[in-house]
Amino acid sequence: MSKLKVENLDLYYGDFKALKDINIEVSEKEITAFIGPSGCGKSTLLKSLNRMNDLVEGCKITGTVTLDGEDIYKSMDINLLRKRVGMVFQKPNPFPMSIYDNIAFGPRTHGIRNKGKLDDIIEKSLRDAAIWDEVKDRLKKSALGLSGGQQQRLCIARALAVEPEVLLMDEPTSALDPISTSKIEDLAVKLKDDYTIIMVTHNMQQAARISDRTAFFLLGEVVEYNDTETLFSMPSDKRTEDYITGRFG
Amino acid sequence: MEAINKQRIKERIKGYLKNPWSLMILIFVILATLITFTALVLLVGYILIKGVPNLTLDLFSLHYTSENVSLFPALINTISMTFVSLIIAVPFGIFSAIYLVEYSKRGSRFVSIIRITAETLSGIPSIVYGLFGYLFFVTALKWRYSMLAGAFTLAIMILPLIMRTTEEALKSVPDSYREGSFGLGAGKLRTVFKVVLPTAIPGILAGVILSIGRIVGETAALIYTAGTIATVPKTIMDSGRTLSVHMYELSREGLFMNQAYATAVILLIIVLLINWVSGMVVKRLTKIK
Ligand SMILES: Nc1ncnc2c1ncn2[C@@H]1O[C@H](COP(=O)(O)OP(=O)(O)OP(=O)(O)O)[C@@H](O)[C@H]1O
Ligand SMILES: [Mg+2]
Repeated sequence: MSKLKVENLDLYYGDFKALKDINIEVSEKEITAFIGPSGCGKSTLLKSLNRMNDLVEGCKITGTVTLDGEDIYKSMDINLLRKRVGMVFQKPNPFPMSIYDNIAFGPRTHGIRNKGKLDDIIEKSLRDAAIWDEVKDRLKKSALGLSGGQQQRLCIARALAVEPEVLLMDEPTSALDPISTSKIEDLAVKLKDDYTIIMVTHNMQQAARISDRTAFFLLGEVVEYNDTETLFSMPSDKRTEDYITGRFG
Repeated sequence: MEAINKQRIKERIKGYLKNPWSLMILIFVILATLITFTALVLLVGYILIKGVPNLTLDLFSLHYTSENVSLFPALINTISMTFVSLIIAVPFGIFSAIYLVEYSKRGSRFVSIIRITAETLSGIPSIVYGLFGYLFFVTALKWRYSMLAGAFTLAIMILPLIMRTTEEALKSVPDSYREGSFGLGAGKLRTVFKVVLPTAIPGILAGVILSIGRIVGETAALIYTAGTIATVPKTIMDSGRTLSVHMYELSREGLFMNQAYATAVILLIIVLLINWVSGMVVKRLTKIK
């Protein structure tokens, strides 16, 4: 069974219809990539998957989104949903606190107070996010003193610390240099063993390199959704082909 | 070796002579700065010259008598008046700002009405607050001239200031912090109190500092509410004068001008001290470890 399932989803910002009849199924422990030109609704769909759009005034959504068969817009507690479906944002956004407190914020939110247990979670999350060695001696220092790439990995660690099932990543590498980028790509592939990952990216090589399935978006619609290999080698839609070969106007 | 990127004086003069407007503006801004600076130096210098020689130990006696003209009770009253007013005003100011920024719908009518009201209130002369305090706290509530009536009046006076500065401080906290917190499954309460508020503290403190300045310097609003008794009041329901009121009374009676100047020196020192301490606090809080 699919982990996340989006059915007949329409989304409006005021009068503007940003997403049109989206149908997508995301399988467990795979990396799904969302690609498409700027403004086509990738971030919007991503944010609908953990209800971050609820914060946007004038945003109206119809259709259904289910997580493990349960409708996330109906009976589910919103904070619990966001614990299960974590998010990493395009711009690294560590809180202005120490590295330790950044990671501990999530677990503490969900009721973990025990110091020893927190210490364990923090070490494990930082190790999983491949940043432990760089920060282990400065856990009490401000997270704002880290480099951009480190901050982004810290944010990934922060998201992992609440033990989500799904991890949404909105262009996590767009602000980073090639080395940090490849670190985060490796990380995503490693995390796939335990997490279901959905990643928005502008970088088609990135999608081809690390994702199992890819969805191509255009003007608020999913034009094509398929195995990454198939989509890149034998796109069935002319528009997909134009886009991935860079011939898109 | 001479630096090659510096304009030589001759060149600069030539440039200014070519453009008379530029020269006039230059002269004007220099003059304005000089006048401002001179006015300040004259004022402070005058107070120091008149006040410092009159700083005697007598002025710091525990109890006020018409012999020692002690300012010590007024000093104590200033501190307690500041403290009580802040205790009343700061929570209300901060919480209403939190409501405006975090809870109310952005850009709603209600919010803009509150904002305009607050702005108007902060422009009203303090004597108006004094009269209101007199009519309401002193007379209607029968609190008589008391520290409490004074503190409540001052609290109302500084409330808009604290609210506005807190509002600005909260607004300057990037939305990405809020998103990050919500994204981890934190609710509104936790997001506001654990992420947004701590980030905004330096800005909020700046508002509190401004408020302290207003409280310490206030006379008109206090004369009609806290009264002018020159001792430390036994309870908060008794009258007491702060340093500024003390100074006003001394100079009004005209008998103790020297002591009034000495008081002014102490007042200046207190204000400087407050600014310095608060500057340190803000620096400490904003410093990246
Ligand atoms: N809060 C909002 N209010 C109104 N319109 C919005 C809002 N957020 C996004 N939109 C609009 O919805 C459309 C889709 O935006 P979205 O951010 O999802 O695009 P995207 O595919 O993520 O683009 P990019 O690759 O540039 O990040 C755009 O036309 C955008 O202008
Ligand atoms: Mg986007």
